[in-house]
Amino acid sequence: MSCIEEKFAQLRATYPKELNSSLVMPFLRIMLDEKKSLGESDAVFIANYLGLPAMQVKEALTWYTMFYRHPVGTHVIKVCRNIACSLMGAERIIDHLSQKLGIKPGETTADGRFTLLLVECLASCGTAPVMQIDDTYHEQLTEAKIDQILKGLS
Amino acid sequence: MTSERIFFNFPVTADSHTLKAYQGRGGYQALENALKTLQPIDVEKEVMASGLRGRGGAGFPTGSKWSFVNKKAPVVYLCCNADEGEPGTFKDRWIFEHNSHQLIEGMILAAYALNVRNAFIYIRGEFDLSFRRLMDAMSEAYKAGYLGENILGSSFSCDIRVMQGGGAYVCGEESSLYTSIEGFKGYPRNKPPFPAVQGLYKAPTVVNNVETLANVPWIMTNGAKAFSAMGTEKHPGTKIFGVSGHVKKPGLYELPLGYPLKKLIFEECGGILNGKELKAVIPGGSSTPILLPQDVETANLDAECLSTYRTMLGSGGVIVIAEGVCMVRLLHTLSRFYAHESCGQCTPCREGSAWMNDIISRIVAGKGVKGDLESLERITKGIMGNTVCALGDAASMPVINFITKFRAEFDYYIEHGRSMNDGRLEI
Ligand SMILES: Cc1cc2nc3c(=O)[nH]c(=O)nc-3n(C[C@H](O)[C@H](O)[C@H](O)COP(=O)(O)O)c2cc1C
Ligand code: SF4
Ligand code: FES
Repeated sequence: MSCIEEKFAQLRATYPKELNSSLVMPFLRIMLDEKKSLGESDAVFIANYLGLPAMQVKEALTWYTMFYRHPVGTHVIKVCRNIACSLMGAERIIDHLSQKLGIKPGETTADGRFTLLLVECLASCGTAPVMQIDDTYHEQLTEAKIDQILKGLS
Repeated sequence: MTSERIFFNFPVTADSHTLKAYQGRGGYQALENALKTLQPIDVEKEVMASGLRGRGGAGFPTGSKWSFVNKKAPVVYLCCNADEGEPGTFKDRWIFEHNSHQLIEGMILAAYALNVRNAFIYIRGEFDLSFRRLMDAMSEAYKAGYLGENILGSSFSCDIRVMQGGGAYVCGEESSLYTSIEGFKGYPRNKPPFPAVQGLYKAPTVVNNVETLANVPWIMTNGAKAFSAMGTEKHPGTKIFGVSGHVKKPGLYELPLGYPLKKLIFEECGGILNGKELKAVIPGGSSTPILLPQDVETANLDAECLSTYRTMLGSGGVIVIAEGVCMVRLLHTLSRFYAHESCGQCTPCREGSAWMNDIISRIVAGKGVKGDLESLERITKGIMGNTVCALGDAASMPVINFITKFRAEFDYYIEHGRSMNDGRLEI
């Protein structure tokens, strides 16, 4: 926890008192980056730290999809399934990834290396189809390109 | 119409996004000049005179929005909407990756005009390179004295804080956005009160899109007249259009507003992929009503012209659909999206978007029944105009438009239990 608290304190020092409540989103993000998935106790910790109602932070934690509440794999693969990507073969890409990893969307491989998620438009429609692995965007996907990308991951 | 560019006016190189490069292109001179020689009201007047309209979706005149704010209020906030979630839209990312400073300078100018001490950039949580480039630019701007206390030795002080979203599309809606900045789940709020009166932390607040704010330095440098000389009389300036789908050259194109849609698709973008015929175009992001090929012949890309086709310029995300695509399954990608993104706060949108998606899913599965399309129509009527925010309308419009304009395809799918077009989305 100490590393997280250090980061909390650092950021809090740059926020005036009246913007205290605006630290909820950034703190959840810091916590997530550190722990990979969050639980109720994390929300309570942040609420106590900021002196806010626990319910407010719990609600935020459970409402935003990016704050994972289940353990995820070492690498999280998000594939866009929205309109522009669909027009350029998103279904084919999703099937290929599913087959390659041996899991259905929403699942994590048995070895804990990959989680496959379907997401909505990633704002990269001009270079569809698109996926994001961890933070990095991979655009204009083909089956061969996916194979290569997966091979390159540790 | 001149062919001046406000965004794509420099070659992108390995360091063209840096402060030094931006300064080399005349960057931050508008700010220096404003702080030395202009009153805040002069900045507002110039933006008002330019006729700049919001680039985030609704196209509201920016100067008017600013003029509604009581600058003598103890606190005024400025929020830059960088949530970029409307399917088909990918322009703000370019600004962050290649010219974050243009946005930062625009925000400081806006903050000066509006008497804002604390401003926010609410950036999509998934963005990576955009976020890093923005953060680098922010620290450069602070170091150079463009942000913080007593900017460039003036009496004006302003901080910008960057906040990453949590993956909710609805947080791009302005009241949802500042509710999220306040550290709550992003439930949109009833209007009125409008944000200009009561927004973030109940203070007067301006929410503007990235592209909107990034236009401001250019306007202050070149003058309102030069800006309004571009585009159309009622919709001046340029717009970054993002073209996706079945064209030979998808991507971003900065063009004067009022540019012919046909020219954009067939000249700039090289026409339809694989030499196919055009089937339909969604002109301004996924929630804007769809156009047929005969509309594309004559439609121009500005708010007034598109409204005569009963559609909108929206965010400028042009989605091109070739002949052979199954419109039933394509609508399903959208109904699924809106049902997923409804915040759940109001019943017509929460239940309605889910019902619509259930019905469309059932049709796609070959189990559609007579009366499904009438049910869909009835549900859209129950949603539109009866919700807290515009997501309800956004979810309804594609449904009503697809089933009206491609009725035969929907009827066929329901009658035969399969697609007239083999269920194809890709061509
Ligand atoms: C559901 C929904 C999502 C929206 N998403 C965005 C968005 O991602 N980016 C954006 O700039 N505006 C978005 N808007 C529009 C904003 O509410 C608002 O009109 C805009 O940020 C105002 O800025 P502008 O006047 O500079 O265009 C969205 C609106 C709705 C109803
Ligand atoms: S219209 Fe939909 S998204 Fe908007 S507030 Fe109501 S339920 Fe939420
Ligand atoms: S639709 Fe896939 S990135 Fe926009």
